[in-house]
Amino acid sequence: MKAGVAAALAGALGPALLDGEAVAPRSVEEMAGAAALATEQGWQWKLSGRGTWVTDDPPADLELSTRRLTRVLSIAPADLVATVESGVTIAELGAALRPHRLWWPVDPPGRGERTVGSVVATATAGPLRHGYGPVRDQFLGCTVVVPDGRVVETGGRVVKNVAGFDLPKLHAGGFGAFGVIARLHLRLRAVPESDTTLLAEGDRPRLLAAADAARDSGVGLCALELLSPAAAGTSEWCLAARLAGTRTGTEGEAARLRVATGIAWHTLGHDHAMSFRDILATTAESGSSTFRLGCLTGDIATTLGLLEATAGAGATFAGMGTGQLRWSGDVAPAQLIALRRELAAREVPLTIERAPWALLRAAGHFGSLRNGVGPILARLRSLFDPAGSIVVALEGNHG
Amino acid sequence: MTTSPTPALTADLLGALSRLVGSRWVRHRPAELATYAADGLPTHESRPGLVVLPGSRSEVAAVLSLLAERHVPFVPRGAGTGLSGGALAGGDAVLLTLTRLNRILRIDPASRRAVVEPGVINAHLSQAVARFGLQYVPDPSSQTACTIGGNVAENAGGPHCLKYGVTTNHITALEVILPDGSTATLGSPQGEPWGPDLVGLFLGSEGMFGVAVEITVRLEPTPRDIRTLFAEFTQLRAASSAVSAIIASGIVPAALEMMDQSCLEAVEASIYATGARTDAAAVLLVELDGAPEAVAAEAAVVEPLLRANGARSVTVATSEPDRARLWLGRKKAFGALGRLAPDLAVQDAVVPRSALPDLLDQIAAVRDRLGIRISNVFHAGDGNLHPCISFDRRDPRQAAAVVTANREIMEACLAAGGSITGEHGVGSDKREYMPRAFQPAALDLMCEVRRVFDPDGRANPGKVFPANVCREWRRGDRQ
Repeated sequence: MKAGVAAALAGALGPALLDGEAVAPRSVEEMAGAAALATEQGWQWKLSGRGTWVTDDPPADLELSTRRLTRVLSIAPADLVATVESGVTIAELGAALRPHRLWWPVDPPGRGERTVGSVVATATAGPLRHGYGPVRDQFLGCTVVVPDGRVVETGGRVVKNVAGFDLPKLHAGGFGAFGVIARLHLRLRAVPESDTTLLAEGDRPRLLAAADAARDSGVGLCALELLSPAAAGTSEWCLAARLAGTRTGTEGEAARLRVATGIAWHTLGHDHAMSFRDILATTAESGSSTFRLGCLTGDIATTLGLLEATAGAGATFAGMGTGQLRWSGDVAPAQLIALRRELAAREVPLTIERAPWALLRAAGHFGSLRNGVGPILARLRSLFDPAGSIVVALEGNHG
Repeated sequence: MTTSPTPALTADLLGALSRLVGSRWVRHRPAELATYAADGLPTHESRPGLVVLPGSRSEVAAVLSLLAERHVPFVPRGAGTGLSGGALAGGDAVLLTLTRLNRILRIDPASRRAVVEPGVINAHLSQAVARFGLQYVPDPSSQTACTIGGNVAENAGGPHCLKYGVTTNHITALEVILPDGSTATLGSPQGEPWGPDLVGLFLGSEGMFGVAVEITVRLEPTPRDIRTLFAEFTQLRAASSAVSAIIASGIVPAALEMMDQSCLEAVEASIYATGARTDAAAVLLVELDGAPEAVAAEAAVVEPLLRANGARSVTVATSEPDRARLWLGRKKAFGALGRLAPDLAVQDAVVPRSALPDLLDQIAAVRDRLGIRISNVFHAGDGNLHPCISFDRRDPRQAAAVVTANREIMEACLAAGGSITGEHGVGSDKREYMPRAFQPAALDLMCEVRRVFDPDGRANPGKVFPANVCREWRRGDRQ
């Protein structure tokens, strides 16, 4: 942090704005005031939530945090919509929804202290993406504070809406480059009658074949994840399947899964399933860096091989129905850039979800961009953040 | 009604376009242009200056480059089935009709992807992939005519979008030609973007960001089992309550559609009759799909819910002919309603599901006060209303009543926390409601985002935003 900046900001807007060294507004209006003043003064800021996912080492004049935007503003059970401030954590959201028998079907990597805003800004979906879709499909609209302090409401709070341009999509996975997400309208689901997790362990080729069989059989799953031993905390590779729905339906599908795959599955009890999910969430941040890839499902096996050969040992998660792969470990910038180039030749994007600033500065969250995208992105960034107030490395120096 | 003056474009441009695509693919005679003066919405008309039908992506790029050099506006158009007046061009603009780009370029059954040109007809894609046990899910009612490119521009929906999502949820990559003739590759075959989600931003941009010339779509397995329940209600509110009860149960049907009595009467008097009694106040069509055990279990929950909420009868169709008959009535409802009067204005708006009963009451009040016939056929599961107004545009009183009814219905939807459009787009029809739907800062920002793609504002000009609504974003006041 630049000496005196936070204090100067607190002097102008009130000392209550500070939480430790961070500027942590307690309302959207305070956030807007802080952003406007910082931009006016030419201060650069880094965004943070509760500080549990991204690293805190980007160079910036101040840290602007959503950690005190913690209100669940409304829950509408009949409409399956909740409106929350972006600093609400995943755990807090779950607790608020539970009495209504509702849930937000996003199981992001990282601890339960991660904020909803962080999950949306980084688009970090977990295994449930298989059944419920990516993060961008799990919210209907958002309120964003742009660097000059304007507050922009985009999208809406109904499940179908094509009025105007779909600006919320820019913020899902935009890594905060287009402003601070302050409020969100979340799309909810009713808690299913039955929610079952099955686990199989074995060697990777056998589990890959089983996953292919499961996918081809059309068994109705909400997650199908292949996990390396480091990811699952086991001695062998694991294949995890999750089924949600009516009790009869999930029991029938579980039986079909066993027949289709021909491998031994064991059903996890409720507590075991919860702790298993906790393990997956935390091993996804076991290394200093975490990145995700998107490949076609038919290319998962070869992509896993490439990942292992280039990035080395780490915790690996492969969404067998979605083609979303996640890896967490320690990787050098040169290694990652080489991997990204190799993957780009196969039409597989690599997005860094969290990493030390040295790696992000070199490689960028997205790296070099595809045909024609660079100029569009440059113009978008210039539009939203003309002064370059937000410290975020989308492209990197050597992407 | 709006009618633009006749073409102001030059003979020189006509010659240059003819050299690029061949003279038979450039339309300029008044009778030819008249056929492009409307889309599926009868309340707006505008005759384009020229119509050009390129036959390849390179021709599209060449045409757009030429128009950029000459500062000529253009309007992309698919099959012209849109319901917002979005694909209408004025006399100073070229209508870029993409129906000749109608090839399915690749089908990858293993990865469940297909790559298509924008002029491919929606239903043709599902027919082409059916042999692999796959389907393209978004199914607008016009799916036998509308194009995938048009679906992309409007982010089209359809009955089965309740469970599977709208067009944006099924597009993973786009090759686009920007208004200056340059190209950009958005998204990836799997769907993870190279950078921010520009595919998501492009979807539903109503032809104002450029032209998608190659579209990668996600395919879904054909459901193993499908069960369609058809429930008749004597009270409209009871049918709405049943919708809420089903959604609250945690079951997400593949489709959950409602027709009111007025619509039902029109359907049952047509060749699309379902066999329902026309004294029903409303009927619900609930489709469950998936694994046989799951479908049976869900049906065992849904049927009692329907009865508990007042359904006087529930018919369950499991055979394909029975299902097809029920769906024909729903899918062809607009056609059946077309028999009631010379013109039919199909509206589109969304409300939170809990507001459906009150909104239907308000629509009935508008109907009674204005003395017009409004029929409702809509996607009840996601609160997406389609009030259909039967009228005769030659009668000024009726034409004025349609405008009043539309405005009052839109205002009621916005007051209920809804949206002015769920799947048809804003186009020419709903521009005036945009300032009521969005704060100035959001409108300004949308206008500027458009300029990122189209700095000159030549792509589909005059749509989505009312004239003079866009202020200078960089100088805008803080909200």
